[in-house]
Amino acid sequence: MMQRNPAGRSDTLVQGLGLLTVAVLTLGIFMAFVYAPTDRDQGDAQRIFYIHVPMAWLAYLAMGVVLVGSVGYMWKRSERMDRLARSSAELGFLFTTLVLITGSLWGRPIWNTWWQWEARLTTTLVLWFIFIGYFMVRAYAGDRERGARYAAVLGIIGAIDVPIIHQSVKWWRTLHPEPIVLDTGGPNLPDSMLATLVVCFIGFTLLYAYLLVQKTRVEWARDMLAERELTALLSPATDATDRRVAGSVTHEVSGAAED
Amino acid sequence: MRKVWSLVWKDLLVEFRGREFLGAMVVFALITIVTLNFAFDLIRGDREAPGAGGLWIAFLFAGMLGLGRSLAVERDRGTLEGLTLCPVDAGTIFLGKFISNVLFIVIVQAVSLPVFYALYNLPSLRPMVFLIALVGAVGFAGLGTLFSAVAASSRAREILMPLLLFPLAIPLVIGTVRATTLIFQGESGDAWPWFNLLAAFDVIFVTLSYVVFDLVLEE
Repeated sequence: MMQRNPAGRSDTLVQGLGLLTVAVLTLGIFMAFVYAPTDRDQGDAQRIFYIHVPMAWLAYLAMGVVLVGSVGYMWKRSERMDRLARSSAELGFLFTTLVLITGSLWGRPIWNTWWQWEARLTTTLVLWFIFIGYFMVRAYAGDRERGARYAAVLGIIGAIDVPIIHQSVKWWRTLHPEPIVLDTGGPNLPDSMLATLVVCFIGFTLLYAYLLVQKTRVEWARDMLAERELTALLSPATDATDRRVAGSVTHEVSGAAED
Repeated sequence: MRKVWSLVWKDLLVEFRGREFLGAMVVFALITIVTLNFAFDLIRGDREAPGAGGLWIAFLFAGMLGLGRSLAVERDRGTLEGLTLCPVDAGTIFLGKFISNVLFIVIVQAVSLPVFYALYNLPSLRPMVFLIALVGAVGFAGLGTLFSAVAASSRAREILMPLLLFPLAIPLVIGTVRATTLIFQGESGDAWPWFNLLAAFDVIFVTLSYVVFDLVLEE
């Protein structure tokens, strides 16, 4: 079964997205380090906030996309949905790792400890384990189709479980300061800090979108390659045709992965 | 529903004739309870919380041991094909396995709780503890049955099962341990909200597992 190369139709669009990402992120980082005022209590350590908070958002956004892809796969058995889910899972794992690291770095000077057993931290750590389980299920399943099904199971249960875990840890004990941005009385931050946060939010979300598009393309290319290798193995082809098939695949894959 | 019960009956019969894992589960739970004594000081001082935690660790590990086998055994013997060829849907197979797994865990608990009481003199024989034990077993068996099926046809299944199950079962662990601690501290009334919460978790986990089980079994 052949599919159209998704790289072909939207090249300029993706490139535009990439450029926009670079522009907004550059602005965001400039604002975080130069424009935003230094925090009265926390000093410069507070600046990690502009990276930490968007990372946390992306970790959970990525899990949401995994849920969408998993449900889509369960429904339609479309490989596209599975590619979406597994691409988002890899990015989610990356951002979850980063949010844990940046959080620890921030917690050390402010709370005087690397870690607190608090609802949001604990949930993020559990999310990290769920992502690992997600990759292991795939790797251990034996074949691709089964791996996709099992991963969809974990994607669905995991994503729905995350808010439950959060709530149960919260009832268990809690220490994290309430979110200051979404406070009921409106944002509690000075305008310049809020503006910086918003720009960083947009920049990192664009980065996620860009990486997700590129990652699904790479996954697409990988699937195509596996499929063609299989066809080449099964068809009684001569060595020469084999080499030609392999050559054209490599060409297309590098085309899809590079831009 | 009659189909579900015949599946449960089949599992019980197999277990009764072969005595494969129920015995091992019970002994393992008891050994864990004894080992607790060396891990925490359960004789003096503040022992309600570690006692409750240890008790549930024992149930969790013993349950894992049994649940991990429940579908793996079917696959190894080739009876899973027979099961899927039965004129029942995946949901029915799930319910059958789920109910027999709940029964196995409850049997383990029924043996462990009196022993725990005798060894540590903590009030583990209260009706409220039994209730919490039951709702805990239901939720755990729900998720456990699903991931037992996932692990059964994977490589490294013994490792995969806890890796998938432990993170997802955290709400159940928190709920059961908190509730049991409160009961041990003589505040059974405060355990009711946790009971309600656990019941809600059970509904969510069992329903979800039931819905997605189809994805696991289909080959």
